[in-house]
Amino acid sequence: MGAFSYFPQTEEDIRIMLERIGVSSLDDLYADVPADFIYKGEYDLPSAMSEQQVRDFFEGLAAKNTRLKVFVGQGAYDHYVPSVIPYITSRSEFLTAYTPYQCEISQGTLRYIFEWQTMICRLTGLDCANASMYDGPTAAAEAVRMCVASTKKRNSVIVSARLLPHVIETIRTYAKYAGINVVVTDKVAEEVAEGVLDLAGVIVPSINRFGIIESHLGLADLVHEKGALLVEYCDPSALAVVKTPAEWGADIAVGDGQSLGIPLCFGGPYVGFMACREALMRKLPGRIVGQTTDASGKRCYVLTLQAREQHIRREKATSNICSNESLMALWCTVYLSLMGPEGMRKLNALCYEGAHYLHDALLATGKFESAYEGEFLKEFCLKPKCDVRKLQQALLDAGFFAGLQTEDGYVTFCVTEKHTREELDQIVEIVKSVK
Amino acid sequence: MSKIAEGLLYSESHEWVKVDGNVAIIGVSDFAQSEMGDITYVEMPDVDDEVEAGSDFGALESVKTSSELIAPVSGKVVARNDELEDKPELINEDAYAAWIIKVEMSDESELDALLNAAAYAEIAK
Amino acid sequence: MKYYDKLIFELSQPGRIGFSLPEIPGQARNDFKGSTVWRESKLDLPEVSEVDVVRHYTNLSQMNFGVDTGFYPLGSCTMKYNPKINEEIANMPAFLGLHPLQPESTTKGALEIYVGMDKALAAITGMKHFTFLPCAGAHGELTGLMLMREYHMSRGDSARTKVIVPDSAHGTNPASAAVCGLDIVVVKSKENGLVDVEALKPLLGPDIAGIMMTNPNTLGLFERDIKEIAKLVHDCGGLLYYDGANMNPLLGMVRPGDMGFDIMHLNLHKTFSTPHGGGGPGAGPVGVSDKVLPFLHIPRVSGFHGNFGIILRAYAYILMLGREHVKMAGKLATLGANYIKESLKDCYKLPIPTVCKHEFVFDGLLEDNGVSTLDVAKRLLDYGFHAPTIYFPLLFHQAIMIEPTETESLETLDAFIAVMRKIAEEAKADPEMLHGAPHCTPIGRPDETTAARQPVLKYD
Repeated sequence: MGAFSYFPQTEEDIRIMLERIGVSSLDDLYADVPADFIYKGEYDLPSAMSEQQVRDFFEGLAAKNTRLKVFVGQGAYDHYVPSVIPYITSRSEFLTAYTPYQCEISQGTLRYIFEWQTMICRLTGLDCANASMYDGPTAAAEAVRMCVASTKKRNSVIVSARLLPHVIETIRTYAKYAGINVVVTDKVAEEVAEGVLDLAGVIVPSINRFGIIESHLGLADLVHEKGALLVEYCDPSALAVVKTPAEWGADIAVGDGQSLGIPLCFGGPYVGFMACREALMRKLPGRIVGQTTDASGKRCYVLTLQAREQHIRREKATSNICSNESLMALWCTVYLSLMGPEGMRKLNALCYEGAHYLHDALLATGKFESAYEGEFLKEFCLKPKCDVRKLQQALLDAGFFAGLQTEDGYVTFCVTEKHTREELDQIVEIVKSVK
Repeated sequence: MSKIAEGLLYSESHEWVKVDGNVAIIGVSDFAQSEMGDITYVEMPDVDDEVEAGSDFGALESVKTSSELIAPVSGKVVARNDELEDKPELINEDAYAAWIIKVEMSDESELDALLNAAAYAEIAK
Repeated sequence: MKYYDKLIFELSQPGRIGFSLPEIPGQARNDFKGSTVWRESKLDLPEVSEVDVVRHYTNLSQMNFGVDTGFYPLGSCTMKYNPKINEEIANMPAFLGLHPLQPESTTKGALEIYVGMDKALAAITGMKHFTFLPCAGAHGELTGLMLMREYHMSRGDSARTKVIVPDSAHGTNPASAAVCGLDIVVVKSKENGLVDVEALKPLLGPDIAGIMMTNPNTLGLFERDIKEIAKLVHDCGGLLYYDGANMNPLLGMVRPGDMGFDIMHLNLHKTFSTPHGGGGPGAGPVGVSDKVLPFLHIPRVSGFHGNFGIILRAYAYILMLGREHVKMAGKLATLGANYIKESLKDCYKLPIPTVCKHEFVFDGLLEDNGVSTLDVAKRLLDYGFHAPTIYFPLLFHQAIMIEPTETESLETLDAFIAVMRKIAEEAKADPEMLHGAPHCTPIGRPDETTAARQPVLKYD
């Protein structure tokens, strides 16, 4: 096959380059590779497609997906995405930029990360934040590692069973290979008080997997008395109205920025965040941007505290993380800039309204019972008194993804500011019609 | 040419030791600080921590590098130079005045394995 | 690039809004006060209008350099062109709107993408199957090492607690091993830059879980003793892990699976053209051989299904290349690297003069006159190029690692070569000017020492 739009080299270019190098063919450049390693023949790949063929191919795959009205959360929330954001994040100076190691030509990236770090601190109430992590669950796992690294000779962490299942699983995975002892329990305070001897940290949800906003009154004191650290796993969107990790006395806060206007996108890319008290700053994994000046006194930004990181500290680094989710941090930063304090409050008020309206209306159908006590914001669970599979199918047929079954046999719903009263009424009607 | 203070013992990994009774006062040599460049942070153990000869007890950090601090003797940390928390540059300014930790030695014979100023001068070139 | 010194917080004016939300129907039933679960402190976020936001971030972007702006000869980063068809596909609403927990019957298209990518990556690498959970290369390394441990644990082989890593390895290798609870044993390289097989032999034993290698290595050299290394490691009961950061020159030429590797990761944001995004998101899928396949599903290293949006982009790229152009990608990358090497070896120190693959390392200027690699790198910024990778690998004190990739034209390479030659001349004539570079960028060299000594990590 001949020329290709991604390969600028013409036959003549290749000839010139081979001559400068002093070999007669491209294959000569691989003369040091054992001959039987050179792959002969064709790779088992389709033939090269044109752009239009690629479009058609993916249209075909897209048609096999069903776009549903999403009324489920569980770690991925269908919030409204402002039109400005993709317009900014798709600017090629942001999109195609490398990690800002050469800060003189990366002030754009460095400044938005500095803004992100600031906003995460303001949402959580804590003192410092890093430049982002892969997602909420891995941030939680890294926080657990950070607790163990920050407390001497302690190797156990208590993990609330009310965190989202995939958060617990990810923590367990990291802990398993690092030899960290993980105690998953529904009774966190009791376990802290008498359970674990070499306690390094405790991780609890701000809003638990049932949608209930948890009260952590007295927990931080209890944990600190034991010489351990308290980590809170949060939904950053909800932190606009829900008590912050700092207000609960937590030392570290983690979570996923997906709820800050990032599209669902079948699970990723999302973005993890981590914030902590100042005393723990140097134990933070990942990249961190700091403010400084150049020789002429201009305010500027650089990657700082790099001596903690893998490329310098190697096996003694705070973490192995290198690439993170920079562009998604930009996404969230633009989102929070657009929303502002008023928008975040109003958004949560809309979620609260819609969720409580649906909750009450579903209970009123007689097909559900209350499941959990406590204040909820946008997500809630109900105990079904009907055939759950029939219900889910009926909803699906009408184009709704709602009433996901949880491990305990309950069903979960989530209402955001995107959802209209009409849609909620429609769901209620469908529920009523299920025999 | 780096400065080498007399009256001190040195390790091959560029720490110095000043013996004060059964306490070893430990820092890093002028050679070490000049190799590091501007020191931005000193990671130190806490008082009452145990250190072991040959194992690392902390690290020096600069903008682009980090270097482990290796304990020249074993024992219990009885003091640490908290001034270095906020002013790590003290080590750059005067490596021999800026001690890092003081260790109550558990085995004074370990001092015999260290180098005197003349022997250290051979390494710190 | 113009210096623009604002932060979004500094544009804030009370009462300005940038959001667009519907009204709350009726009377709000909760004012978020009173109960112990509601936030007490005021939320301090910028109050700016939509125009402010757009202008601010547009101005920030104009202080940034990207692949779309110019050449990034960054060794081991493979900064190739990011095709725009990938963006179009990744932004299709039928993909963006999928919740990760939707019933499978409604996400068949998305699932086919994973199946298609699995087949394509298997064809390209010679591995059997892939997991797409890891979100980055280092994440893939960690996952791969977890798999290595699972393999040994399943055989009751709990003594295997060490991983061998060449001294030329990227920092993520030992860091990932440490996160995975493994100790590192370093094997030295010979003067020719390749792993010293004789130095490797005494390291092998029943406590070795495996070896992590990249091939070509971080010097851009093909580890030609890989057959012997593979045999030695396998014979002692260990596994071979392939760090796919340097996969680019092997595209179309050599498959890690055929070289005896048992586990590997790929960097989709390097070899497979997905954009770097200023430092992510990426993806680091991990592939395994038959031996390790039974364990592939075990490590749960991220929340849902990995970075689907990134996987989608890489798939579009592979389909555009097809089997025909994949065959040329590696060769053209290698061609460009050798061309630059040959064109500059009379001004820059070339410690290893042999044919390289996609990248190579200079060890500073031949006549440096006190001018360091850092000075050279900063001066390149003045000429509109991003600097190469500097001070890595650690084997050479003034390392400059150059990787042009196959998407750069001869004119770009020649322009880069001309500027590098110019800088070599400037080093002789005016070293002071180079010590102070860059001069033409929005800011000059920052005070990194103060940034690290007195960290200011947020706006107050």
